[in-house]
Amino acid sequence: MLLYILKRLVAVTPVAFGVSLVCFLLVHLAPGDPLSAILPADATQATIDEMRAAYGFDKPLPVQYAIWLWHVLHGDLGVSIATGRPVLGEVSRAVVNSLILASVATLIGFTFGTLFGFVAGYHRNSILDRVASAISVFGVSVPHYWLGMVMVIVFSANLGWLPPTGAGPDGSGNWRPDLEHLRFIILPAVTMSVIPMGIIARTVRALVADILAQDFVEALRAKGLDEVGVFKHVVRNAAPTALAIMGLQLGYLLGGSILIETVFAWPGTGFLLNAAIFQRDLPLLQGSILVLAMFFVALNLLVDVMQTALDPRIERA
Amino acid sequence: MTAPVTAATMALDGGIAPAASEVEPDAFVASRGYWGHVGHRLVRDPVAIAAGLVILAIVVVAILSPWITPMDPYRGSMLRRLKPVGDATYWLGSDELGRDMLSRLMVGARLSLFMGVTPVLIAFVIGSSIGIVAGYVGGWTNTILMRTIDVFFAFPSVLLAIALSGALGAGIFNAIVSLTCVFVPQIARISESVTTGIRARDYIDAARLSGASALTIMRVQVLGNVVGPIFVYSTGLISVSMILASGLSFLGLGVRPPEPEWGLMLNTLRTAIYVNPTVAALPGLAIFIVSISFNLFSDGLRSAMEIRQ
Repeated sequence: MLLYILKRLVAVTPVAFGVSLVCFLLVHLAPGDPLSAILPADATQATIDEMRAAYGFDKPLPVQYAIWLWHVLHGDLGVSIATGRPVLGEVSRAVVNSLILASVATLIGFTFGTLFGFVAGYHRNSILDRVASAISVFGVSVPHYWLGMVMVIVFSANLGWLPPTGAGPDGSGNWRPDLEHLRFIILPAVTMSVIPMGIIARTVRALVADILAQDFVEALRAKGLDEVGVFKHVVRNAAPTALAIMGLQLGYLLGGSILIETVFAWPGTGFLLNAAIFQRDLPLLQGSILVLAMFFVALNLLVDVMQTALDPRIERA
Repeated sequence: MTAPVTAATMALDGGIAPAASEVEPDAFVASRGYWGHVGHRLVRDPVAIAAGLVILAIVVVAILSPWITPMDPYRGSMLRRLKPVGDATYWLGSDELGRDMLSRLMVGARLSLFMGVTPVLIAFVIGSSIGIVAGYVGGWTNTILMRTIDVFFAFPSVLLAIALSGALGAGIFNAIVSLTCVFVPQIARISESVTTGIRARDYIDAARLSGASALTIMRVQVLGNVVGPIFVYSTGLISVSMILASGLSFLGLGVRPPEPEWGLMLNTLRTAIYVNPTVAALPGLAIFIVSISFNLFSDGLRSAMEIRQ
């Protein structure tokens, strides 16, 4: 197992380098000089040159990349142009909030997704199956930012049950696990959970139907095992794949939360990215994207390893 | 939506629909040919047909919109802002600047559809080319191309789209470029896997022995046999693309005001959710209808072509 983990780590290293390269080049994709956004329009050539030298933009690109990577490997993501604070601090605070939201959403999505998936898989082509299919198509087709707006309209504007935006009553940036804060996470988390719910329901349905059609299930029934016992076997067989998909969905939600966080003014990475883009705060943009992408890579690795550990049928090649 | 089981249900190697002659179906089916068979099954799928008709209707409205809108979609009236749905003049109400919602939704369909479909079309051409070359040539070419593709898979698609358009700056062109970059790797990976699945088939060997060049084989034998699954996969991506494209405009990274586009309309109407929630939700409903129609149509096409994924 240890050897397998090492092999996966070796395989993931070039990908991680590629990701860092993409993040680095992202800043240079921007039209004009990366500094043009922060320099005053009437800056003299001397000021421009001075700033270019200060930020290291006067060096050739490969050298800039090497210096940048060296700093990143030492945990230095640079300084935000807008706030003057270290990017790492800003990003880690936001990542915690995003992670909380994405985890709650994944949990809701996974619970209902597996429920619908199992019901549909056990009763193929019944009314229940149709309903579960409809829910999963809805989940993958609905523009989630619009669903968020509709939720706010219904539960905040009309019914007045839940707060429409923010992470807490004090308006501050951090979510805490208490009842008052719980009211703030319900709407964004439920909105977000619709996507993984659809995908998980669809996968589990196919998985369960597939397992039930296999010979070993018939053998279990033939030897007199009751339905509860058979069900346990089905769960054991479906679990590794279902859990793997849940892990990946958590990664997608974490990286893709920008739209929902904007709708609900949730103080996470999406909100941070939005601010970085519109203030043209390039170090912050670069840093947030790097952290999120690396998180996704690490999560993929973790899911891979866990799936191999859980499922003895997978070859540890 | 389950595919009827027939002799042709033999998509063995990871999703290649075999030519009808290969699997020796009964004479009745064979007489129709593979595509005739697919078409026949598609028209008997009421959900897919309904979804297809909805898409068709919206495309027709989008094309004709400059001539058939009831009012000028750009002219507002400060006195007639946020009229409710069902108003005598403004059938679907009016927006925050007093412009007719129905007219704006009709014209908005043009940009929304254009920005949703174009990236998938471009990515279909680029992605399938990369995938076919990687899959057919194999070896180092495959390793280099596919490992590069892997890097883009390390980004969740929404993040990649927003990162690229955030760096490139707002605008329709930049949004389309970003979304294309999101879909190329996905289509390339599917194309590579289906191409690898058929490259050892006898008909490829036969073509090679008959003296055909690699380019010709890729263009004729490979493309002809892998284009179906790649096409179906791509139609499914249009739904995601529609949501993302409008999402970019919703964030202010796509279309700029006053151009009507559903995502942008949804964003500007956000301030009106307490005054006139129904009108504020309309553009999102339009995105949802198109997105779900593409999804259902793609599902129907997949069952009809008996591609298992």
